[in-house]
Amino acid sequence: MKLLDKHAIFEKNSIILVIGILITVAIGGLIEIVPLFYLENTIEKVSGMRPYTPLELAGRNIYVREGCYNCHSQMIRATRDEVERYGHYSLAAESMYDHPFQWGSKRNGPDLARVGNKYSDEWHREHLIKPSSVVPETIMPGYPFLAETELKYSLIDQDLKVNQMIGVPYTDDQIKFAVADLEAQLDEDSDDYDAFMERYPSAQVRDFDGNRSEVTELDALIAYLQMLGTLVDFTIYNELENNR
Amino acid sequence: MGSKMAFQNNPPTASRLSQSLIAACLALGIVFAIFVAAKTTSGAMQFHAFIIITAFILGIVAIFNLGNRIADEEHVVSPSGVFYNNSIVKFGVIASAFWGVAGFLVGDVLAWQLAFPALNFDLPWTNFGRLRPLHTSAVIFAFGGNVLIATSFYVVQRTCKARLAGEIAPWFVFWGYQLFIILAATGYLLGVTQSKEYAEPEWYVDIWLTLVWVTYLFVFLGTLWRRKEPHIYVANWFYLAFIVTVAMLHLVNNATIPISFVEPKSYTIFAGVQDALIQWWYAHNAVGFFLTAGFLGIMYYFVPKRAERPIFSYRLSIVHFWSLIFLYIWAGPHHLHYTALPDWAQTLGMTFSVMLWMPSWGGMINGLMTLSGAWDKLRTDPVLKMLVVSVAFYGMSTFEGPLMSIKAVNGLSHYTDWTVGHVHSGALGWVAYVSFGALYCLTPWLWGRKGLYSLKLVNIHFWISTVGILLYICAMWVSGIMQGLMWRAYTELGFLEYSFVETVAAMQPYFIIRAIGGLLFILGSLVMVYNLWRTIRGDSAAEPTPENIDNAIAAQALGE
Repeated sequence: MKLLDKHAIFEKNSIILVIGILITVAIGGLIEIVPLFYLENTIEKVSGMRPYTPLELAGRNIYVREGCYNCHSQMIRATRDEVERYGHYSLAAESMYDHPFQWGSKRNGPDLARVGNKYSDEWHREHLIKPSSVVPETIMPGYPFLAETELKYSLIDQDLKVNQMIGVPYTDDQIKFAVADLEAQLDEDSDDYDAFMERYPSAQVRDFDGNRSEVTELDALIAYLQMLGTLVDFTIYNELENNR
Repeated sequence: MGSKMAFQNNPPTASRLSQSLIAACLALGIVFAIFVAAKTTSGAMQFHAFIIITAFILGIVAIFNLGNRIADEEHVVSPSGVFYNNSIVKFGVIASAFWGVAGFLVGDVLAWQLAFPALNFDLPWTNFGRLRPLHTSAVIFAFGGNVLIATSFYVVQRTCKARLAGEIAPWFVFWGYQLFIILAATGYLLGVTQSKEYAEPEWYVDIWLTLVWVTYLFVFLGTLWRRKEPHIYVANWFYLAFIVTVAMLHLVNNATIPISFVEPKSYTIFAGVQDALIQWWYAHNAVGFFLTAGFLGIMYYFVPKRAERPIFSYRLSIVHFWSLIFLYIWAGPHHLHYTALPDWAQTLGMTFSVMLWMPSWGGMINGLMTLSGAWDKLRTDPVLKMLVVSVAFYGMSTFEGPLMSIKAVNGLSHYTDWTVGHVHSGALGWVAYVSFGALYCLTPWLWGRKGLYSLKLVNIHFWISTVGILLYICAMWVSGIMQGLMWRAYTELGFLEYSFVETVAAMQPYFIIRAIGGLLFILGSLVMVYNLWRTIRGDSAAEPTPENIDNAIAAQALGE
């Protein structure tokens, strides 16, 4: 076995061994991951995608903080039963502004990729505070503290700014008015309403937690849940053109 | 060569200069932590700053204290003339046992929460979503990581016949790693997370782990450089691949930008589909390199040592090693079948996952066949039995894995408990069992005892936990496949037959069985802790030793 005799070089020199390991373990990742950044058909062409509003982003951060991804996926697979249960299969374009992604890996609860506008705000309030009050057999924990905790958003412009740095197309205005926009989304009658709607077309504006006196974490989380999967306009989505 | 020998024969010392330099770095860290604590708007960040300040102060005290302790009784010269660093391995053994029990406990709490959701208590820090990363990190990184650090520090010294490189550095690795665990764990409870599975700690904890890990790599390499054997032993190849690859995975998957240097929140620089594949490239290779390559290092040292037989095939180890590390890296996309990941990547991931079956079984065969001519020892040595069964579980879960990576199978299994069961057959059956075997070997060796306090208790541990594992895996097979089938069941009229919540309600009995299985596994680990503790104390249960049993059987056969 001449070939195996040559292996001695790795066994006698730790640096050559380390280099050999590094090259061996780099190949697979390079071939699978790098093309995703430059193959144009990786992300479908769609219309309707926009970055999260400041309130939705704050809600998303609560979703992340509470570890919702441990039990809920946001990725409808392209199979008959999933599409019939949850709606159109998820597109890569729908999570292209998600830093990090929230596709999940386990469904202790249902998929949430298109939960937006499926239930009323009131249903979400009841459900988040005491899940069994609306779904008796549920195994989901309650999150009553969200309704009682004021949302911290004084640094939300920083959040938008970092997202802009890493490729989310936030405009400088959106960053500048982030705090005002967050408050404007909770009040249809505010003076900032028109400016907000111009910056975030299709955003839903209302008080989400049924408590107008304060901005709570529940407001932000429901605002996020109510927009999930609602952005892409599937009436004009061309499936064949985006076939990969 | 002469100076090397002289070094090896003198009691080791830490230089004043390195002590002062490292203490100065820690002092700088304290100043920075005070600054962060004063500036941050996050209570969690403030809490972490205080933990870091406390840890660094203790670190400075310990560094100077170490200088005085270094040449005393702990450092007995071995028969081969080497001052092995045994005390660090002793600490590693104790930490492994501690974090193991802690991690198993949190896991079982989660299992009961799924069966009885009232156990969530609806508080932020007791809810499933925050506790689940606590469990996964505790068992993988706290238990598994400590086992790997302890055993690698032991194995690299013995197989190189050289003292561990550095005097302060190994302790920095050990205590720095414990600090990482504490920051990560308390962070999860306080809601500090990146939400990337098995990479949840936020940016500052990641940076800390990077420092610890690079030091670990250099301690390991430095010890290899001191070796007196011309060849690097095969176990060390696996440890090295584990350390190097985990560094690569950690750096790429945790690339984030914090919103401020005094805030815990950061955003991953990758988004959506690219982020998904990078995450599962990371996570699958956390399995491949942390939970497989590293623990194969344990197998390659402890199985032959305990069986007192050489490794079955040297050639097979070479083929096993290179093909395993080459193929594993490709397997990540099988976590994303039928998703928005492009099909070509899914197919590639599936293909390599199926191929991965071969090197995995190559490793299993190499481990099992090492017992050629020593199979009779399974009858008398429950520690060897545990090691061998761990390799058998490894073979089983590395068969199940490629099976589940096939798209058609994955279509059913993904998002269900089948995956959870698969992970636990590997984690409990393979990782934990090979770790228990190593801890049972190391404890008497390190503390200079003739043997374990009680082999009978090892046997009890083995059987209690094996029943626990089987209950766990079988319950998850049933509940996982059942739920997958219910999700896709149609009525005669062509409508989906079950609402989602009906499929949840159907699983409760299996959740309870799983939780009982987990409880048995914890009981077994507590038996181990008791046994190790009595061994360390120097007790012996006065049982017939294996040799005595042999003699008794022989005597019976002779009719005496």
